[in-house]
Amino acid sequence: MNSSPAKPKPVQEIDSVTIRFAGDSGDGIQLTGGQFTNTTAFAGNDLSTLPDFPAEIRAPAGTLPGVSGFQIQFGSHEVLTPGDTPDVLVVMNPAALKANVRELAPGNVVILNTDAFTAQNLTKAGYPANPLEDGSLSSFRVIPIPLTGLTDNALQGMQLTRTQVDRCKNFFALGIMYWLYERPLEPTSNWIRKKFQKVPLIAEANAKALAAGHAYAETTEIFEHHYRISKAPIAPGRYRNITGNEATALGLVTASRLAQRSVFYGSYPITPASDILHELSKHKAFGVRTFQAEDEIAAVGAAIGASFGGLLAVTGTSGPGICLKSEAINLAVMLELPLVILNVQRGGPSTGLPTKTEQADLLQVLFGRNGESPAAIVAPATPGECFPLVIEACRIAMRYMTPVFFLSDGYLGNGSEPWKIPRLNELPDLRVEHPSDPKIFQPYARDPKTLARPWALPGTPGLEHRIGGLEKQSGTGNVSYDPENHDRMVRLRAEKIDGIARDIPPTPVLGPREGRVLVVGWGSTYGTITQAVKELQKSGEPVAAVHLRHLNPLPRDLGAILQKYDTVLVPEINMGQLLLLLRAKYMVPAVGFNKVRGQPLKVSEIHVKIQELLNRPPNERRSSHA
Amino acid sequence: MPDIPQAPADAASTPVNAALTRKDLVSDQTVRWCPGCGDYAILAQAQKAMPALGVPREKIVFISGIGCSSRFPYYMNTYGIHTIHGRAPALATGLKCARPDLQVWVVTGDGDGLSIGGNHLLHCIRRNVDLKILLFNNRIYGLTKGQASPTSELGKRTKSSPLGTIDRPVDPIRFALGSNATFVARTVDTDVEHLGRILERAARHKGTAFVEIFQNCIVFNDGAFKDVEERATRDDSGIKLEHGKPLIFGKGKNRGIRMNGLKPEVVTFEAGKPPADLFVHDEKAGSEVAYLLSQLCGPAYPWALGVLRAVEEPVYDEMMESQIRSASEDSISRDIDKLLAGADTWEVAVP
Ligand code: SF4
Repeated sequence: MNSSPAKPKPVQEIDSVTIRFAGDSGDGIQLTGGQFTNTTAFAGNDLSTLPDFPAEIRAPAGTLPGVSGFQIQFGSHEVLTPGDTPDVLVVMNPAALKANVRELAPGNVVILNTDAFTAQNLTKAGYPANPLEDGSLSSFRVIPIPLTGLTDNALQGMQLTRTQVDRCKNFFALGIMYWLYERPLEPTSNWIRKKFQKVPLIAEANAKALAAGHAYAETTEIFEHHYRISKAPIAPGRYRNITGNEATALGLVTASRLAQRSVFYGSYPITPASDILHELSKHKAFGVRTFQAEDEIAAVGAAIGASFGGLLAVTGTSGPGICLKSEAINLAVMLELPLVILNVQRGGPSTGLPTKTEQADLLQVLFGRNGESPAAIVAPATPGECFPLVIEACRIAMRYMTPVFFLSDGYLGNGSEPWKIPRLNELPDLRVEHPSDPKIFQPYARDPKTLARPWALPGTPGLEHRIGGLEKQSGTGNVSYDPENHDRMVRLRAEKIDGIARDIPPTPVLGPREGRVLVVGWGSTYGTITQAVKELQKSGEPVAAVHLRHLNPLPRDLGAILQKYDTVLVPEINMGQLLLLLRAKYMVPAVGFNKVRGQPLKVSEIHVKIQELLNRPPNERRSSHA
Repeated sequence: MPDIPQAPADAASTPVNAALTRKDLVSDQTVRWCPGCGDYAILAQAQKAMPALGVPREKIVFISGIGCSSRFPYYMNTYGIHTIHGRAPALATGLKCARPDLQVWVVTGDGDGLSIGGNHLLHCIRRNVDLKILLFNNRIYGLTKGQASPTSELGKRTKSSPLGTIDRPVDPIRFALGSNATFVARTVDTDVEHLGRILERAARHKGTAFVEIFQNCIVFNDGAFKDVEERATRDDSGIKLEHGKPLIFGKGKNRGIRMNGLKPEVVTFEAGKPPADLFVHDEKAGSEVAYLLSQLCGPAYPWALGVLRAVEEPVYDEMMESQIRSASEDSISRDIDKLLAGADTWEVAVP
């Protein structure tokens, strides 16, 4: 395999492509996808990824529940989503084919490992006949490759066990894909060398398999040409690839530096939020105190204790954990202490779909506590945006002495994108003052501008005071059952949260300032909505989009913006939660587009929905929903 | 960079500790327990014991849950949080880890600590966080007006158990020992001198100090501990454990405890001439020895009072602190720009 080909194969230019790798969870699919992503980022393309793995760690090999997937879209222009469906599907076994084939369109490419299509594997996947032979794949461009055998050949002569050889086949496949899309091998071979430093034999085997796959694609007849995707026009600067959960964790460490106080992170293991705990626990050098609590309640409780002590207190979880934390979050509302609550949303209700994405906890965090219990809510739109938004959550929490929810989701948390590395000196100053003068101190006196109460720290002589979950007398903070005082405090707490809207910059509108359709979104639907809206704008349609980062309070200019369009469309991965809020608050006849599949929305379906609204006769638009 | 915020530098200077008196620890709030409640005595003793510990008032924090006992922090002129039901150990753990410079006390009850908050109590104790936990055991739910609690005796008739409870009770001391507590003690609300001494011992312990305090609820469970509370009976109904000394009790100091295998046995002897085989108390023994002593419950035995166990073990918040200290020794590892860049970066040049 060391001879160069007689004649280089022709190259075809394309704009973008979506590839999905699929196989057993044990096949190293996420690793393969991760490597392809890094290499693609190095190659200068814009990209977006969607890992999709089963809830079970290792479901029985070869079965449908065990199928793990990783999708990436990359291109020579701005890439906003991981792609609706794959143009190229790479499958390691029959189960992976079966789980993914129904999403393919005629003409799509399927690269498959024929060695895995044994009678036994076909049975496990529930195929009565071999799909390679029964003509069921005839509308696709099937590229059959005996991956296992080829890998075996390539590693001949090395002292490896069967399993060890088998584990190298994903690198062989990766080598093929690198040739097909003109990617360099170096980033991955360097990574292999580092990763398997302690087991040189395995390092050598993996690197060999990678190179062999590349050479195989180049020399054999199976591909007539390969593809070129030029560098995307990306803003100059230094970049790295980052997932939402990494960006969240790094954002917290950075916020700690900006606020000049340590982070305290109380958390209990839960998918898909645990990676934030893992990442933060690596950063003790930055003073980060991580506390793996006995349960969700203790995790938030400890964070509240740390907040009382003056640290930047954070707790992180997913929806089921929020259920358990609600009582303690309400305590933080009453205590008026800074607290950031991360919710990496997943499919619900109950245990639901632990590894899948959803946006159905908005109303939970807004309303899911007893009493009148206002708290601020922010939501990042992309994996990289988790960084500035979690810093914003910390800023609001400390400036306004309040719990703040940060609503990420499984797709943002695990998905990745190239991220321009920010510099510390470009970020906001989060320092806040603590009171020290006993003569003027009152625990529930308020800053006239923000309505925040003072954050008096234990250890300050003369400021000894007691706070608690019972209603407080305005000013003194003493327990009070007075009816008028309660009414006053309920209103003060609400006004304080509403006042945060002063800090929200004017809402950017993508497209015309008025028109037929405005699409309003929040959270991880950003890429999908933006892409669909841009496509329609290109063909001259009067459509605009607004994407909200602040969900409580909502931006002050939002009401006026909504009035400027005939129809407001709110696509969400829930049954219409933001929709409900917008209709209630602004009395606009907004309509929803709602799919709750545990998957991101698709560009094509949003596109169709907007088109449908545009096609309606103008007089029907408002009346039908008024 | 001050990772852990300290009191602002311009803060008024602290009065010298020695000048602290009981009065300095009394808050301006009217105490609202029922007249005759055992909580009054405990509060008074805590206010009295604090000055002797030499900890400045502003460095002391009381954290409680929900229940009659949990109103305690409001009456102490220190820092304090009256939290939610059962969660005081969780908040206290967070606070102590955030601020190792503070002395943090937890005040809880039998319902708060052993029912709704049992899990937190267990984990706080097994971690050995440096907290002083006072569990006021009155064997009843007082604030909710008289339902059975997890320490109510089997068959107890209450509003929620008119035919008698069918729940076997939990023994707080055994719960703590089972959680591998490093300091376990029991005392009684009326025995103010003993109570004061135990509070002081707890305060000086490094790690979780767990103290069960028999507390009379005069309204809903009056007389639950009368044997060990009343002057006439208390010397025969309780035995004060003393480290390194044989187990002797009784008004006439003429009774003692010896072990018959794994079972304690009460022996009577001529005062001043205890038999040689009396059990000698060793606070530093393994928890299994303390567990043997935990069998000393009335009415079959005198109640074991005092420190059952006091050993030194690694302390959670100290270990957290030392991990952070050693990780942050060199300034390179604290470079945020490096952290944000991560391992693999690439440059996009100006076109
Ligand atoms: S109800 Fe019982 S425990 Fe509660 S304050 Fe009254 S006497 Fe004390």
